[in-house]
Formats: sequence, C-alpha cells, structure tokens
Amino acid sequence: MDFKILTGLDKEKEAIDRQLVFTTQDLNLWYGETHALKNINLPIYEREVTAIIGPSGCGKSTFLKTLNRMVELVQGVHTSGRIEYRNRNIFDKNFRVEELRTKVGMVFQKPNPFPKSIYDNIAYGPRIHGIKNKEILDQIVEKSLRGAAIWDEVKDRLKESAYGLSGGQQQRLCIARALAIEPDVILMDEPTSALDPKSTLKVEQLIQELKADYSIVIVTHNMQQAARISDRTAFMLNGELIEYSDTDSLFSTPADQRTEDYITGRFG
Amino acid sequence: MKYIEHELVYKRMKKRILLNYLLKILFFIATLFGVFVLAVLIYRVLADGIGYLNVDFLTNRLSTEPDRAGIMGAILGTLWLMAVVIPITMVLGVGTAIYNELYAKKGKLQSIIETNISNLSGVPSIVYGILGMTIFVKTLSFGNVVLAGGLTMSLLVLPIVIVSSQEAIRAVPNDLSEGSYGLGSTKWQTVKNIILPAAIPGILTGSILALSRAIGETAPLVVLGIPALLIPFPSSLFDRFTVLPMQIYYWTLDSSLVSEYANLAAATIIVLLVMLFALNSVAIVIRNKFQRRY
Repeated sequence: MDFKILTGLDKEKEAIDRQLVFTTQDLNLWYGETHALKNINLPIYEREVTAIIGPSGCGKSTFLKTLNRMVELVQGVHTSGRIEYRNRNIFDKNFRVEELRTKVGMVFQKPNPFPKSIYDNIAYGPRIHGIKNKEILDQIVEKSLRGAAIWDEVKDRLKESAYGLSGGQQQRLCIARALAIEPDVILMDEPTSALDPKSTLKVEQLIQELKADYSIVIVTHNMQQAARISDRTAFMLNGELIEYSDTDSLFSTPADQRTEDYITGRFG
Repeated sequence: MKYIEHELVYKRMKKRILLNYLLKILFFIATLFGVFVLAVLIYRVLADGIGYLNVDFLTNRLSTEPDRAGIMGAILGTLWLMAVVIPITMVLGVGTAIYNELYAKKGKLQSIIETNISNLSGVPSIVYGILGMTIFVKTLSFGNVVLAGGLTMSLLVLPIVIVSSQEAIRAVPNDLSEGSYGLGSTKWQTVKNIILPAAIPGILTGSILALSRAIGETAPLVVLGIPALLIPFPSSLFDRFTVLPMQIYYWTLDSSLVSEYANLAAATIIVLLVMLFALNSVAIVIRNKFQRRY
C-alpha cells in the first residue's frame, strides 16, 4: 500500500512493522451540504497512541467518531470512501455497528457516567452483552477499575452513585467502563478538556499505561498533550489531513508550512 | 457632550415606577379572581354536599329516593374505566413517543405526524365521543359498555400522553445515550436501561394528568349513551356502566324535580375531587421518588 503521507516516519518504527488496526482510504464525510472530511487517508497502528490535533472545527472529532460510526447518530450524515478495521470494511452491512463498537470503545469529552452505582456503570457493558454471572461481573468490575487506576479510590463505595465522584474520577470511571467490554481500540475525544491539571495528568499517565494492551486514538486541542503522550500525530485543517508522522518529527521538523504555523501558535 | 439629561430621566422615572406598581396590582387581582371563584365553588359544594356524605352514600346502589341513593356503581364504573384507559394509554402513548423520538427518521412525514398529534390534543372531547360512538358502539357493536367507554377515553387522552412522554424523552441528556451506544448496545437496550429510567418521572406526571382528565370528562360519554340511572354494578368489560361525572350531570339536571338531588350531586363532586386530588398527589410522590439529579 502506498502511504506517501508517512514520509516523515522514522526508520526504526517502520522496522517494527506494526500491525494496522484501521486503514482509511479517501474518506469523505458530509453533514448535509457541509463537506466536513475531505479525502482522508490515515492508518492507525496497533498498541500506539495516535493523536489528532487541529483547530476547532477542523474535523478531528468527526473523524474519530467515524471510526466507530458514532457520527451516524447525527441527522443527515453521509460518507464515501472506505475504512477498514482489521481488514473488514466497517461500512459493510454484515459488520454490525454493535459489534464494531464492542471492538472500538469510546471515551467522551465530558465525563458521562450513567445515573447508576459505580459497580453498575462498569457492569453495564458486560451486561448488555449477556454476561449475568455475578462472580464474573465482580471480576470484570475489579479488573476494569484497576486497569483505569481508580480501584483504590472506589473499592469501598462500589454501590454508591457515580455522581458522587469528582470530574477526574468520573472520567477514569468512563475509561474503566470502556475497558470492561475488553475492546481492541479506545477512541478518546478530548478526554481531559473538562478536567483540572491534576486529573489531566492522571488520565495522561493512564493512557501511557493502557497502550501496552490497547490501541488508542486521541483527539486533543492541547498540543503539549499530544507531544507528551502520543507516538504518532496527525494534523488536520478544514477537513483535510495536512500532515501525519511520528510525533517527534511532526513537532520538531514539520514538513508542511501550515503545520509549523499551527504548532508554533501562529493560528488556531 | 452629554446625551443623557439626568433631570429629565428622573422625571420620567416616576411614571415608569408608577406603571410598574399599577400593573403589579392588576396582576394580583387577576390571580385573586381565579382563586376566589374556586374558593366559592368549593365552599358551595362542601356546604351542600358534606351533610349527605356518609358510608351508606358511598356503598349503596343507586335509588330514586334520595335517602337511599348511593354512588357505589359510579365509583366502580370510574375504576373500571381507569382499568381500560391506563394500560392502553401507557402502551400506545409511550410506545408512540419512543418511536417518534428515537426510531423515526426526522423528515417531512415525521413532522407532519408530530404536528397532527399535537393538534389532536386540541380537538373537542365531544368529537371523540362521536368517533367512539361510530367505531366502538356501532361498527364493532360493543354497545355502551366499559370497553367502548374506555377505548373512547383512551383516544381522547392519548395525544396528551404522547406529547408529554416525548418531551420527557427529549429531556434526557444526549451524552448518556451516547455512552450506552458507545459500548455496543442496541437502541432498545439503550432505551430500556438509560432513556426510560431517566424519563419516567416526566412520563408518569404527564400520564397521570391525562388520567385526571379522563376521570372528569363527561361529554364523550353522553354521546356514547352512558346511562346515569343504572342499578346493577359493572363486573366485566362488557357490562353497562356509569361514572361519577355522569352521575353529577343527571342529578344536577333533575334537581328541579327533587331538590335533594342537588345535594347528592354536590356530595358526588366532593368524592370526585378527592379522587382527582389523590391521583395528583400520587403523581407528585412518584415524580419526587424517581427524580434523582443527573
């Protein structure tokens, strides 16, 4: 396959020859008449953190939500092109969205725990997929909460409402909720934009730990965050993918003038 | 250079403040008017009826002799009517609301349907009576029985239940259902586990207000030919029946013949008001119980 856009990728990483989880070919997306994504070709690699940066309205969240087809909840969306998840076309009729979203979990911009207990929030995913055994659910809840580094803070109050948690704890609970269905990929849509600096740091550390087991795609408008936590970074502008390479080279030697203008703060 | 002359502004200010004060008094009188009329009504009803309200009146069968007349038949009839209206409006009303809000594709057809449902709640109740007469009493030849009355009343209050349920469903925050879809749940799983539990206070409040209306409506039942002078109690969906407002209507009409009928009507109004009050209290209790912050 031809990935001209990857010219900036350093040789070492290519040598590892990471597996692709997503390939995107000429993806276009319209909200009604508005052309929101234009000819996007963006491969996502396994067990890496891929960051998507760009100014507001550049289409980065739209692209992220296309990967698990959440974007289709908006009225009047239509797409062209192709996205393959592990060599399966995600728009194929035989690939049900419910199955896709079980493989590709999501964490949202604003923490959105359900109005239920902490336990029931985590058990929600496994339960809708038919797991009823109390012991298995107990184990899933503990494993997920440990995985999201929040177990010690909530283990004595599992039956209490998730709304009693702080914003940062709620967001890590939402990450734990996503882990509970044992996904392959986790999409994160500006997961720290509603959090204070201390909670942000915790979530960032968590993301670093999670990439040992999961592939993570994170949208952020915080360039420092992208530089800190990601392996590859994509820069988008007005619905187009301007540049995509490993994070170090994108931030140190951007190939495109617009990327350089953006990361040096000349606009955006 | 100054554009604002403070002397002049001060003079005008007095006028504005006076107008504000006068309007406040006007609005207060408007409020008082409604409360006053209601108070007079309740006073008259209580004064006329409370002396006739006793256990015998509540439990006796209907009689032409005022001393022996009771409203047990009408109470049972109202309860039977509710037994038909509640399940039908809940299933059809909430089901329609779920479909409209969550499943239907938004488009021209959808907005035409929604506008028409809203308009239906403004159709005079007597029109529903004629509809019920034509369909349930004549065409399906049920006769003027509990089932026909209940179905007619259900049609009458269905638009109210649909509109209030739709509003309750719309008020559930979007990010909750997104969280559920994001975990791979189907639409129905999201509806059942996330949307309905959050919407239930609003749905129940609307439904119980609609039921209060069904309890009090008389006009459609007059068209259906529901009798007031009915001695036997209803005991199935296919029995003839009467309801409290019908009883009030006929006793009030005949009070020129037997003056004590006016007192019996007043006593029946008290019973009806107590039932409505109890229903509304249930609505408030349920709302407070389910309404947790989210």
